[in-house]
Amino acid sequence: MKTAFQRAALAVPALTLGMTPALAQSIDDKVNEVFANSTGWFVSFIFSPFPGTAFPWIVAWLVIAATIFTVYFGLIQFRAFPHSIALVKGDYSDPNDAGEVSHFQALATALSGTVGLGNIAGVAVAVGIGGPGATFWMILAGLMGMASKFTECTLGVKYRNEYPDGKVSGGPMYYMKKGFAEKGLPGGGFLAVLFSIFCILGALGGGNMFQANQAHAQIANVVGDYPGWITGIVFAAIVFAVIVGGLKSIARVTEKVVPFMGILYVATALVILLINFDQIGWAFGQIFEGAFTGLGVAGGFVGALIQGFKRAAFSNEAGVGSAAIAHSAVRTKEPITEGFVSLLEPFIDTVVICTMTALVIIITGQLVSDPETGLYMLNETGSAIQTVDGNSGVALTSAAFSSAFGGFQYILAIAVILFAFSTMISWSYYGLKAWTYLFGEGQAKEVIFKVIFCLFVVIGAAADLGPVIDFSDAMIFAMAVVNIIALYFLMSIVKKELDSYMGRLRSGEIRKYT
Amino acid sequence: MSQKIVVGYDGSGSADAALGFAAAIARAQGGTLIVAHVLEWSPYSFLTPDELEERHMRRKEELERAEKAMLTPVVERLRGEGLEVVTELKYGHIAETLIKIAKAHGADQIVIGRTGHSDLSARLFGSVAGTLAQAAPVPVTIVP
Repeated sequence: MKTAFQRAALAVPALTLGMTPALAQSIDDKVNEVFANSTGWFVSFIFSPFPGTAFPWIVAWLVIAATIFTVYFGLIQFRAFPHSIALVKGDYSDPNDAGEVSHFQALATALSGTVGLGNIAGVAVAVGIGGPGATFWMILAGLMGMASKFTECTLGVKYRNEYPDGKVSGGPMYYMKKGFAEKGLPGGGFLAVLFSIFCILGALGGGNMFQANQAHAQIANVVGDYPGWITGIVFAAIVFAVIVGGLKSIARVTEKVVPFMGILYVATALVILLINFDQIGWAFGQIFEGAFTGLGVAGGFVGALIQGFKRAAFSNEAGVGSAAIAHSAVRTKEPITEGFVSLLEPFIDTVVICTMTALVIIITGQLVSDPETGLYMLNETGSAIQTVDGNSGVALTSAAFSSAFGGFQYILAIAVILFAFSTMISWSYYGLKAWTYLFGEGQAKEVIFKVIFCLFVVIGAAADLGPVIDFSDAMIFAMAVVNIIALYFLMSIVKKELDSYMGRLRSGEIRKYT
Repeated sequence: MSQKIVVGYDGSGSADAALGFAAAIARAQGGTLIVAHVLEWSPYSFLTPDELEERHMRRKEELERAEKAMLTPVVERLRGEGLEVVTELKYGHIAETLIKIAKAHGADQIVIGRTGHSDLSARLFGSVAGTLAQAAPVPVTIVP
């Protein structure tokens, strides 16, 4: 694995020095080959289906975990929902703590790492393959995922490291090590190291290369095709300026523009739904009917279910452990409060934003159905539903929005680029935390990781590295395998925190300040 | 009657003028000066993951700096003149926080300097003086 990454890193300067396309192509091929050969087995393993089905076991792993947490914590995502909102509003925040990281800020930062391509492109893929019914399963998986987030983020805050200079570091590796030790269980250190390795690779892949690649695809889609390494270098330079140069202003601008883009996206979707309000009932009918019958999609209702579950998991990262890193900086005396706040994340990401995308695609009539049977028609290869212009992925979402508002594809392109950038900034941080967990904190060590991260931006944008991207997705799910094992062992700690907190909330010991 | 006067102080020239004005009242009528410095802060702002991690440390630094560089020198000077002085150092929306401080101390008036914000943000969101004029529970004096 190490050699593969070293070679990939070496490939970058070569690409940037303006090599002949043929030579650059051969380097791409070489990188692809090395990756495919050395990592293919891992990808196949992570995404392998249960024998005799098309259902990947990793999707079941995430959904079963979410179900167990939902039951174990007594439908916490519904019970605690109003309290979560109150916490985000700051009703329970001590005014004397003003100036510290608020619940809102922790949530907003974590959200800007998860809201992104999954909400725009991923949903289009799910609906394009699984039909409207996939939306039902996606929403269900989003609702269940709230319990996974609650569990991991509570632990993230509880077992974070607070250093004398006032900085904090938290995340699954810390609760694995400290939580297991506290319970007298062996293997916490091993899990932490394993998680950190997967997290670094996931950060370089799904949190970086995939984003750079898709951002380039969007730009090329609008301005016409041009070499990807140009986008890569520009992106890498900006990322470098932010994470190595400490140029906070760019990050700050992004952090402000991204929520605005998210709101604009949802608002536009709402307007489209309002214009077509007479069809909303029909659209939900399609979603429910499709959820259990498939309405003729490839794979029937199981196909809809797999697509919905898979995209929800990709999109909101519940159970992956990344959010536990982002949430752990909040200022609170009660770790469980950050758990409550974090459960809003899959809700906003999946139940609200993803559903909006799906409804717009369905209502604007992008999916072609047979007028006689009412069933959806498949495309020529039979792999997905026939769409009006033959679009899929981001292009399908873009076509759906543009059919209502001409020119929206430009706004969407900007949104995708900004989402990609903010996801990269977030994942550079997650990767760095895993890196410093393994190698220790220190200026030089941190810069090494950050430079590697920037190099991978160029690689990601420059070439269509299919196997590399498969591998990075696999790594993000590998994080979930390790993380959820730890969550099973540590969930009783969360339960204790929950019972104690709820007791004090009922008795009035924990009160609103306003 | 002994007066309690909240002075919004940010180290600027016009804040010095406000402080001088308030000190003159306190000297003439007898009373306490509450020198308040508010660090602009919204819990609903957006931060990067790095900023989240460093926030607690930065807050400590900011408070120390404000205390040492801004409040301590003026407080020592005023106390040297025999005035009774307390300080308040808070994070928050400037006008709202000054109002909260005034309420908490049961102050009789608020004195601020007119910093002369005429830029776009002041037009959009209102200046400190404008907000205080509308929302303060006690008389407000704006010193040019």
